[in-house]
Amino acid sequence: MRVLRRWVDPLDYAGRIWMRAFFGVVFILLYAPVVLMMAFSFNDSKRNIVWRGFTTKYYEKAWNNDGLIEAFINSLTIAAINTIVATILGAMVALLLWRFRFPFKSAYEGFMALPIVIPEICMGVAMLAFFSRIGWPTGLPWPLNLSAITIAHIAFSFPFVAIVVRARMAGFNRELEEASRDLGASEWQTFRHVIFPYMRPGLVGGALLAFTLSLDDFVITFFTSGPETVTFPVKVYSMVRFSVTPEVNAASTVLVVITLIVAALMLRVQRPGQGGSP
Amino acid sequence: MSIISIRNVTKTFVGITAVDNANIEIAANEFFAVLGPSGCGKTTLLRMLAGFETPTTGEILIDGVDVSTTAPNKRPVNMVFQSYAVFPHMSVLANVGYGLKVTGVPATETRQRAEEALEMVQLAHLAERKPDQLSGGQRQRVALARALVKRPKVLLLDEPMSALDAKLREQMQLELTRLQEEVGITFVIVTHDQDEALSMADRIAVMQSGRVEQIATPEALYESPDSRFVADFIGKVNLLDGQVTGAADQGVTVDVTHLGKVTVPHSGHAQGQVSLAVRPEKIRMTVARPDSGLLVQGRIVDWAYYGDTSHIRVQPASGPPMSVTVQNDTRSTIENGDVGDQVWLSWRAEDTLVLDR
Repeated sequence: MRVLRRWVDPLDYAGRIWMRAFFGVVFILLYAPVVLMMAFSFNDSKRNIVWRGFTTKYYEKAWNNDGLIEAFINSLTIAAINTIVATILGAMVALLLWRFRFPFKSAYEGFMALPIVIPEICMGVAMLAFFSRIGWPTGLPWPLNLSAITIAHIAFSFPFVAIVVRARMAGFNRELEEASRDLGASEWQTFRHVIFPYMRPGLVGGALLAFTLSLDDFVITFFTSGPETVTFPVKVYSMVRFSVTPEVNAASTVLVVITLIVAALMLRVQRPGQGGSP
Repeated sequence: MSIISIRNVTKTFVGITAVDNANIEIAANEFFAVLGPSGCGKTTLLRMLAGFETPTTGEILIDGVDVSTTAPNKRPVNMVFQSYAVFPHMSVLANVGYGLKVTGVPATETRQRAEEALEMVQLAHLAERKPDQLSGGQRQRVALARALVKRPKVLLLDEPMSALDAKLREQMQLELTRLQEEVGITFVIVTHDQDEALSMADRIAVMQSGRVEQIATPEALYESPDSRFVADFIGKVNLLDGQVTGAADQGVTVDVTHLGKVTVPHSGHAQGQVSLAVRPEKIRMTVARPDSGLLVQGRIVDWAYYGDTSHIRVQPASGPPMSVTVQNDTRSTIENGDVGDQVWLSWRAEDTLVLDR
């Protein structure tokens, strides 16, 4: 029997050396800075240049930095409220666009998606002008003083939710809805038992997007925040202006870990076969 | 007593008439088929019975009650959808129990009835599976059980076999007929497949561009179609154009090209331009000239072998070619003839239909 020379199959791209090298380079470029940042958060030095031994003292320092902790709590609060409101709003817009026909629908769809394409800096300036023009109250007690930032975040993140949910609903078989009605379910029961379970992965994906968009937004937040309402990205920026200390690294590492945990939890919720069983 | 009365029902969508003045009475426990080419309005008719469309004019009565504008969830009918529409996120058992659960049937009764329904369609062993772990045929059974568990007065089936392969289709046709006899409820099936309609239904309504052309038993539709369309749509037919020259006792005399003046039995009234229709399997094909019957001589131009039968096309001296179906009732059929041979086609006058042109 003739033994075939072992070679890479035509479609087995991952087996080619140049492809593996390319993967490797992309991977390093993407993650090396993040890993380095995390590593140097444990560096026993005031500067982020030379490794001088392991320490967790900068975590302790960050923890005791009241300004940083306050900014962190502000960010999480805004992100949480934004996620809830933007997801509900986005899902409603998606259902409206999926379900109904009405005059100027395509125009509405375009306008709805505008915040995605408008440059962030323009959105920021527009928000600043808008809030000062209508005289939005400042100096309110926490958490009401975060309202301007939260509203701005909702405004730019709900279209993302709407687009994700809308894309999900595009694959919905309308006969499922009819089957539910035919079997005796009311419209509300049909929504609850048939449409909503189908929509759920889209909602989870949209919520995740809204959460991370809000958590790491700098530009729009910078324009809508006041001296009393500093968010984490804005605070880090102001700290970095003096020097990049491992304290900033430590705080950023915590943020990365929180984001990863949230992402993992949400992916778990929408794991195939898990979502939507009654 | 009719379980379904469709009275003067018309349905127009923007600019098009999907159903045009339909009148259909369906008896209780009947297996009724609505047959027609795609776009003839048969699905719209079914959707009006289910409640997904409202008639523009006319009325629909189910068991004596006018349901023309009743919501789908308030009608005593259930439907098996073309895509089966099995809920993907529910187990097989939950799917079957869904219709009972949402209408407030207690959980224990729901479970018991759902299990019984699954047994009826022989799926009890798959109750805990998810739909994506089922084959197409099994999904269809789930859809059937889910509809039947509601004990509807009428079961509606929208092209139920279109996604199944030929063997499974035949098996499901037998199964559906058995189920219908077992549960004793009215089945209304919509299909474009004439074999399906002919083999399963007690009566068939043939539709064309929104109109009901004929309602009859399968035998009557095939052997005595009312119109050229029905004759042509159900099975194959040879149409010979001619001119009525006179009425004879219990029949008419028609002058047909290359057939001459022939007298065929006809009960109705016929005059002017008509077509003589004869089914391919009613025609005998011989090399020698037969003594009696209607005769056409021609040349074999095409011979398609189907195993049990052969479909042959014969070109007469003029006019369109004629189709002949020959039973391959012996193992050697080649002696019947071959492409290029001159043959005689003959059939009996009483196997001929006279149709208006």
